[in-house]
Amino acid sequence: MFPRPIRQSSPAAQWVYAIALPLALIIWLFPLLGVALTSLRPASDLAMGNYFGMPSGIAWENYVFIFTETPIGQYMVNSLWVTIPTVIGAVSLSLMTGFALAVYNFRSNILVFFMFVAGNFVPFQILMVPVRDMTLQLGMYDTWYGLALFHIAFQTGFCTLFMRNFIKALPYELIEAARVEGVAEWRIFWFIVLPLMRPAIAALSVLVFTFIWNDFFWATVLTQGVDSQPITAGLSSLNGQWIAQWHLVSAGSILAALPPVLMFFLMQKHFIAGLTLGAVK
Amino acid sequence: MTAASPIQRSPRKWNQRTIAPWLFLAPGLFMFTVYVLWPIVQSVTLSFYDWNGLYNKDGQFTGTFVGIGNYSELMTDPAFETSLWNNLKWLVLYMAALPIGLFIAIFLNQTVTGIRLYKSLFFFPFVISQVVVGLIFAWFYAPNFGLFYLLTESVTGTGTAILADPDLVTYGIIAAGLWPQIAYVMILYLTGLNNVAPDQIEAARLDGAKGWRMLWYVVLPQLRPATFIAVIVTVIGALRSFDLVSIMTNGGPFGSSRVLSYYMFEMALGEYGYRMGYGAAIAVVLFAIMMIFISGFIWKMWRDETER
Repeated sequence: MFPRPIRQSSPAAQWVYAIALPLALIIWLFPLLGVALTSLRPASDLAMGNYFGMPSGIAWENYVFIFTETPIGQYMVNSLWVTIPTVIGAVSLSLMTGFALAVYNFRSNILVFFMFVAGNFVPFQILMVPVRDMTLQLGMYDTWYGLALFHIAFQTGFCTLFMRNFIKALPYELIEAARVEGVAEWRIFWFIVLPLMRPAIAALSVLVFTFIWNDFFWATVLTQGVDSQPITAGLSSLNGQWIAQWHLVSAGSILAALPPVLMFFLMQKHFIAGLTLGAVK
Repeated sequence: MTAASPIQRSPRKWNQRTIAPWLFLAPGLFMFTVYVLWPIVQSVTLSFYDWNGLYNKDGQFTGTFVGIGNYSELMTDPAFETSLWNNLKWLVLYMAALPIGLFIAIFLNQTVTGIRLYKSLFFFPFVISQVVVGLIFAWFYAPNFGLFYLLTESVTGTGTAILADPDLVTYGIIAAGLWPQIAYVMILYLTGLNNVAPDQIEAARLDGAKGWRMLWYVVLPQLRPATFIAVIVTVIGALRSFDLVSIMTNGGPFGSSRVLSYYMFEMALGEYGYRMGYGAAIAVVLFAIMMIFISGFIWKMWRDETER
């Protein structure tokens, strides 16, 4: 392995490493730790200029305040309303497209595949005006489903890449054997391939959940107002009202960050498997 | 290898296998065409029009055709020039994520107790929203009490409010963006390091290679797939930068932190009025720049696919 395992080094080097590791982590996550601390800092500390010292007490009331006095709870619910259908939709669609592209050898296969891959990388701005216009025309502007529909369509690009490569790596003999038996194509998909896709479905679900929960651009373009805005856009507008009330901004930030962080922690292996797809050969 | 097997030649089966892929593709392809492919065509068309985003009472499009008018206006637009330069700064400085990410990956590629937790905690910045990252760094940079301000004050005597300084603001935002980007690159390299062939490392060690020479001549060549993906995601990340600019400065002060993606948004939906055609032209320029990198990526995928 590279670098040489630290256990093979001198005791002094091992000590240095044992100390450097937590130290590096604290420096790396310092901004996040600061925000977490500030989210629990009483407002009086900030008024007295105690921005970075130890808080004089733990102020859970910051969290109580943003839940009772601001629509942050509603924003989080809106986020779920957009995120969950998107995860289900994008994963289902890409299971089918991925299956089609991995199992069948038709003429435009590679072309269709590359189109999904390329579309996944385009800058959002080239889609913005037409997508917003279409959403308005269809009467879906400022609704959770208007936003979710776009996300489903766009995420299908990335998810197809993922699913196709995953299915391609499955043993093809399974499918061939089924065909010899005369099993219908959709049954092959449903009864043979789908049960093998569980890890892929898990990986994609956490990834898409995180991407969509964290989306800010489309939330700004396709929604406005408390009834449909997701947490990212909501946080940004609350930030405008909470000028320099850093204890509230921090508490809001921590709340917005919590679901994807939890998701990541629970499904770490899958998450990283999804993200590093293609990084090894 | 997916060719029809010679066992079945009945026309019904053959038909099923010709139609099946298109049935499976239909829903995904439909959504993707409506929401991604067609809007690209529409945006390009729109960039030759002057349009305020409205329709007349009969529901008809009210734009006027201006040919390359929007593009020639871009050539003399100082705000566009600033955005373009800033995009270039993003592109160049974002590349710092590669060596730093590799360095952290090497640092963490050990088997001591608890290292898995360390790895995932180091990855944290990537999991949280850019909106949150932007707010965190805005607080970090805040004048008078922000840590960065206090730090510069103690070093130079006068504090620097980086987000209020037209010459420095873009660097401040890029630094915020690098934080999650480095985490992403680090994960890519950690996975890559996992797959470096141990026998090659051992052989090189027997030949006396270590440190930089080992990294440069033995490890880095094996990390090429990881490096390739890291370059792609970093370039895309740099060119897509919108959230941080929007959250931290709204393009200010005096438009000095604008990038193409933000300027486009400002022109089409911001307070400068609904200049949809002009915004579309900016988007087309950004798209064209992005296509250079996307084509490179597709070209490499094509080579890998056809080699197989």
